[in-house]
Amino acid sequence: MSDLLRVENLSVAPIANPQRLLVNKVSFTLHSGKTTCIVGESGSGKSLTALTVMGLLAPSLARTSGSVNFQGKELTGLSNEQMSDVRGKRIGMIFQEPMTSLNPVLTVGYQIGESLAYHLGLGGKALKARIEALLLQVGIPPERANAYPDELSGGQRQRVMIAMSIACEPAMLIADEPTTALDVTVQAQILALLAELKSRMNMGMLFITHDFGVVADIADDVVVMFRGEIVETGTVQQVLENPQHPYTKALLACVPDAEGKKPLQSIDYAWLGEPA
Amino acid sequence: MSEIILSANHLTKTYTQRSGRFGFGRKLVKALDDVSINIKTGSTLAIVGESGSGKSTLARCLLQLLPLDAGTVQFQGQDLAALSGDALRAIRRNLQMVFQDPFASLNPRMKVGEIVGEGLLIHHLGNAQERTRKVLQMLERVGLSAADINKYPHEFSGGQRQRVGIARALVLEPKLVICDEPVSALDVSIQAQILLLLKELQQEMGLSYLFISHDLRIVRHVADEIAVMHDGKIVEQGEVESIYSSPQQAYTQNLLNSIPGRHRRTASLI
Repeated sequence: MSDLLRVENLSVAPIANPQRLLVNKVSFTLHSGKTTCIVGESGSGKSLTALTVMGLLAPSLARTSGSVNFQGKELTGLSNEQMSDVRGKRIGMIFQEPMTSLNPVLTVGYQIGESLAYHLGLGGKALKARIEALLLQVGIPPERANAYPDELSGGQRQRVMIAMSIACEPAMLIADEPTTALDVTVQAQILALLAELKSRMNMGMLFITHDFGVVADIADDVVVMFRGEIVETGTVQQVLENPQHPYTKALLACVPDAEGKKPLQSIDYAWLGEPA
Repeated sequence: MSEIILSANHLTKTYTQRSGRFGFGRKLVKALDDVSINIKTGSTLAIVGESGSGKSTLARCLLQLLPLDAGTVQFQGQDLAALSGDALRAIRRNLQMVFQDPFASLNPRMKVGEIVGEGLLIHHLGNAQERTRKVLQMLERVGLSAADINKYPHEFSGGQRQRVGIARALVLEPKLVICDEPVSALDVSIQAQILLLLKELQQEMGLSYLFISHDLRIVRHVADEIAVMHDGKIVEQGEVESIYSSPQQAYTQNLLNSIPGRHRRTASLI
């Protein structure tokens, strides 16, 4: 099994304050056809890690160390034009908010077609056919290509986002909390769709979440982040059944138990030490 | 204990929705279709359902924030739907709401002390000194500090903002609190903190809760009784244990099956 993505020693800090590492020496790998979940709370650096992989850091932030190796090629140091060839084509991305990540004045078909036209030069009937095939794949009737985002529900919009992200058959998909804004029932459907597409297209998926319940459903490997650092990595089985780090244990313990056997617990941060 | 604090009977609410490309069409949507619920004093009734099931409409209609088409809402023996003006405002002191989005429900131009104290001001409770004392007490009770009184909402994290929202609702010492998805915008780890806080406050202040959520995983830990809503109707209602152990409706079963990690959990999570 070859490494699709190898992140090594990655650190990110504000340019104004390079000592304050928001992502601190993070290393992990992702294999084709597998899902690696980055789990952590708000502010743990999980989204920043994904954005750095994509080369989409805010101008006020900078990578201070480390490498991002994708399909044997170093991504750090590539120019914006070179990265544009990777983003959307070989790496797809889905964001949290299906309400705000679509353009409200363009039909969803047009928005799915944009990356196909840009990266693959498709046009005319071929483009239309491909858009309809993609909609079908994500479970939306093809005739909805002419719909505007406001005519779709939250779950359907997230399906459109997924269609956009897989349009060019990327080797890797980055999903940043794609189901956090959705109802549990819709969440279950979207997770099932992502898992199915991942295996059918043999994609590697980097999945970011704060919810260990979701991790249990979708992950092969797990990376737990806390205050910018990785505190634990392992297979989903290892991490769920035999967590080593106290933070992982605490995060697992605060997932409400639907069986009602275990009382609600919150994290005692004092015990985990003050932030540096 | 089994006294009824709020009883809603045969509530009906219909919206007119624009349809078609330019909104020329009209469509009637039944957001509430003959809904009846009872909330027992000191207990928690959870309303569970997906987006569009009518659960938030129910909350707003109970508080008379939206006019009902038909039905009655009895709160401590008074019909809220028949009240208006000053009488309704006076009774709202006892009926407070905690909203879903801690980012949108706090006025960004008001200091936290003003936000929490506004209700006391509106209901003419105490003088300035007493109000400040109450606000400080309440902020400390929900886990914030006295220094926070002069901060603005944007200086807080999501979980802290929700604490402000809870303080705002509870400073009036209400009888019934309607919590509309109070934790669904928060991280799982923060959810647990807020839910535990709500439970403690319920015990201390003898509150009754109407708890609205789409997540049955959470509801199990807060509710005494559950009403499952679908398309404006209550499809199933009962004690927590019976709903979880033997759901009668396919829809409820579907909600239970959607709980993330459920299939794996039984084996792995302690």
